[in-house]
Amino acid sequence: MIETLRRWKERGIHVWLLACALVSIATTAGIIWVLASESVKFFVHVSPFEFYFGTRWAPLMEPRHFGVIPLIGGTFLVAAGALIVSLPVGLASAIYLSEYASPRLRNLLKPILEILAGIPTVVYGYFAVTFITPHVLRPLFPNVEIFNAASAAIVVGIMIIPTISSLCDDAFRAVPRSLREAGYALSATKLEVSTRIVLPAAMSGVVAAVLLGLARAVGETMAVTLAAGMTPNLTLNPFVSVQTLTAYMVQVSQGDTPAGTIEYQTIFAVGMTLFLITLAINLVAQRVLARFREVYE
Amino acid sequence: MPLVQEPAIPASLKPFRPLPDRRTASGGGETAAEPAIVTENLSIRYGHFTAVSNVSMAIPPRQVTAIIGPSGCGKSTLLRSFNRMNDFTPNLSVSGRVLYRGRDVYDPQTDPVELRRTIGMVFQKPNPFPKSIFRNVAWGAAINGFTGSLDELVEQSLRRAALWDEVKDKLHSSALALSGGQQQRLCIARAIALQPDVLLMDEPCSALDPIATTRIEDLIDNLKKHYTVVLVTHNMQQAARVSDRTAFMYMGELVEYGKTDDIFTHPSNPRTQDYITGRFG
Amino acid sequence: MSVQATQATFVPRLGARRAIGSAFHLFCVLMLLLAVAALGILLVRVVMDGWAWLSMQFLTSFPSILNPESGGIKHALHGTIWLIVLTGVVSVPLGIGAAVYLQEYASSNRLTRFIQLNIANLAGVPSIVYGILGLAVFVRSLALGRSVIAGALTMSLLILPVIIIASKEALAAVPNSIRLAAYALGATRWQVVRHHVLPAAAPGIMTGIILALSRAIGEAAPLIMLGALNYVPFVPTGLTSPFSALPIQIFSWTGLPQPEFHHLAAAAIIVLLAVLLTMNAVAIGIRMYQQKDRL
Repeated sequence: MIETLRRWKERGIHVWLLACALVSIATTAGIIWVLASESVKFFVHVSPFEFYFGTRWAPLMEPRHFGVIPLIGGTFLVAAGALIVSLPVGLASAIYLSEYASPRLRNLLKPILEILAGIPTVVYGYFAVTFITPHVLRPLFPNVEIFNAASAAIVVGIMIIPTISSLCDDAFRAVPRSLREAGYALSATKLEVSTRIVLPAAMSGVVAAVLLGLARAVGETMAVTLAAGMTPNLTLNPFVSVQTLTAYMVQVSQGDTPAGTIEYQTIFAVGMTLFLITLAINLVAQRVLARFREVYE
Repeated sequence: MPLVQEPAIPASLKPFRPLPDRRTASGGGETAAEPAIVTENLSIRYGHFTAVSNVSMAIPPRQVTAIIGPSGCGKSTLLRSFNRMNDFTPNLSVSGRVLYRGRDVYDPQTDPVELRRTIGMVFQKPNPFPKSIFRNVAWGAAINGFTGSLDELVEQSLRRAALWDEVKDKLHSSALALSGGQQQRLCIARAIALQPDVLLMDEPCSALDPIATTRIEDLIDNLKKHYTVVLVTHNMQQAARVSDRTAFMYMGELVEYGKTDDIFTHPSNPRTQDYITGRFG
Repeated sequence: MSVQATQATFVPRLGARRAIGSAFHLFCVLMLLLAVAALGILLVRVVMDGWAWLSMQFLTSFPSILNPESGGIKHALHGTIWLIVLTGVVSVPLGIGAAVYLQEYASSNRLTRFIQLNIANLAGVPSIVYGILGLAVFVRSLALGRSVIAGALTMSLLILPVIIIASKEALAAVPNSIRLAAYALGATRWQVVRHHVLPAAAPGIMTGIILALSRAIGEAAPLIMLGALNYVPFVPTGLTSPFSALPIQIFSWTGLPQPEFHHLAAAAIIVLLAVLLTMNAVAIGIRMYQQKDRL
């Protein structure tokens, strides 16, 4: 009798734990369902062709245009700028930490870099608006607008330095010591061993790091909304205001958008675009990382 | 003109070489040339552990010198001190001297990078770069500003390493696709492409199967025409087959050092006798 | 044609190579210092801007549009506390449960791999997308409105992957010998997990939870999608109350042009960073305690 009770209890616990794990699948399903179903309603009113290939974005006021390209352009302008800032710093820091620094120095510096990743993104937005634009960009480029892509790119770049440096550091450390020894035994200097043996051997890990940093920059919301502004603008000029996919979604939420209106539906169409872009980048990054791990583990 | 290959007679079938008339002083080689490497009272410590204790020996040029001994006796540490690969070990302290062609290797003025161009090394586990065969062999030479034809250098090095025939049609394919024995010969080719004076080999066959081992032992015999070879091995028979002089180390000390034939047929130290007859190690 | 063994055929240019090597070393150090300097400047600026505006009044009063100097973060502070507690209540059991399932119960089949893949992907989804999910499901479909419970549920979904991954690692780090010993004494799987594995993994799990919650404290994007930006000058009184949160208030103030509001934002940032610092210090403390125990 007790045995049966205990068995039922065990089974119940097993089922409950499985249910917990299935929440994650429910979440993914929920995201996809929500985005898709509302986007479908949106695409009843606006043709997908106009949405994905149109170059004017003005959904909230007459005359309306629903071309999402300026938002995508803004997103990637900021993301590319962020990579320009974070890649040299992150990669060089990773090379230093893994090839040059003593273990003590490494244990001191790595956590400090991680702090950069732990600071809430609103704080970076504040930093961009109150320091980067007026005190860094204005003195150098007097024509820069109050809201500009460069300011957003700089702070997002700072934000993703730890992502890049930490993953690159892991990649370098996965390269076996014997390869470095072979290099030194061939009369190579430390620079040559680091950049011409270790770096090429770790290259797919580095690529994965860059992709993950890119995905993070694309998905960033608070800092770019505060720093880059709300002006959809298809441009390569970093000194003017642009609007990213994420900033648009914030803009719409600041107003009152009743369900069923086209404005409400744009949230989901734009959200789906963002979701697909980051999903694609993350999937490629995971594939690259898996291939890298195959070689070294 | 590329080197002509000798017919490959396995070393085990070769008779003992007739002993040339060599000086038996701790230095001399056949032609009264100065020794390639000399150690004077060399001691190496990791922290509190003494790996090498007061070793004095002279390595003659253009011969194969083997260092044998049980695991942990310090032979690899000793070998790595010759080209300062020991520098990468933390908490290392070196006392005594290592002289290469009369120059103190551990002198602060000595540039280890420069030193390693003339003293090359082959490691226990083959460690080819994840690049093509060609780039592996050419890498060191290219880094060091080789002015001649890399194609000819790669061919010559691969021939000397007895690998050319097997890879000449796939020089640009990945080195990692080769077998273990081939990879090790590739590493030898890579090391000799720098045209070193001395070649240090740290148990080069211990990760290989017997057939691959035999091929490498054969090629060591050819290598000594061009390079001074110092070979660390835990395989006594290998030392007996391949080397001209043998040093026996035990717990960091140099127990006995002399011509290979003498060491193996009538060693003067009882510990050497015990080791050779398999009483320990 | 043939290349004999002469050193003259190499031009090693060691001096130049060493010089470039030193320059590169210097470059790497500079880049690292640049990153650290960016952090330092950010923190210094925030403290300089906001320190003078910190006060008990700041912590205990509501914001005032008419009179910025007397504004405060009372609503945001209460909102954040409500939010974090509720998020913790929802996400911690779910996350630990999922991790226990994946690590201790699941066999290595397609479903398990699918779940793990899912979790890895969810960890990479931008936080604003979670906000959209929350808007459609919790606010609209479940008609919870723009309430603190809707916010907490949304945040729970956001940090669930983080908790699961960290807990899984903590569970995996428990030596198998502990499990085998308990099984050998006739324990059921749940008994093994509850009495042996979970206690052993507890420090790692707690660290993971603290870090996940500290991430949730700093997130504003999902809450904005839920409509938390609308001005809410009172503290939450129940699960269905409207709410605000510290990062939301910081966002609002930073977006206004007048410099007084920037000072208020800086002061709020100091409070937020202080909370985060405390939480991370606790997490590090737990980790150090755990390591000491092991030795």
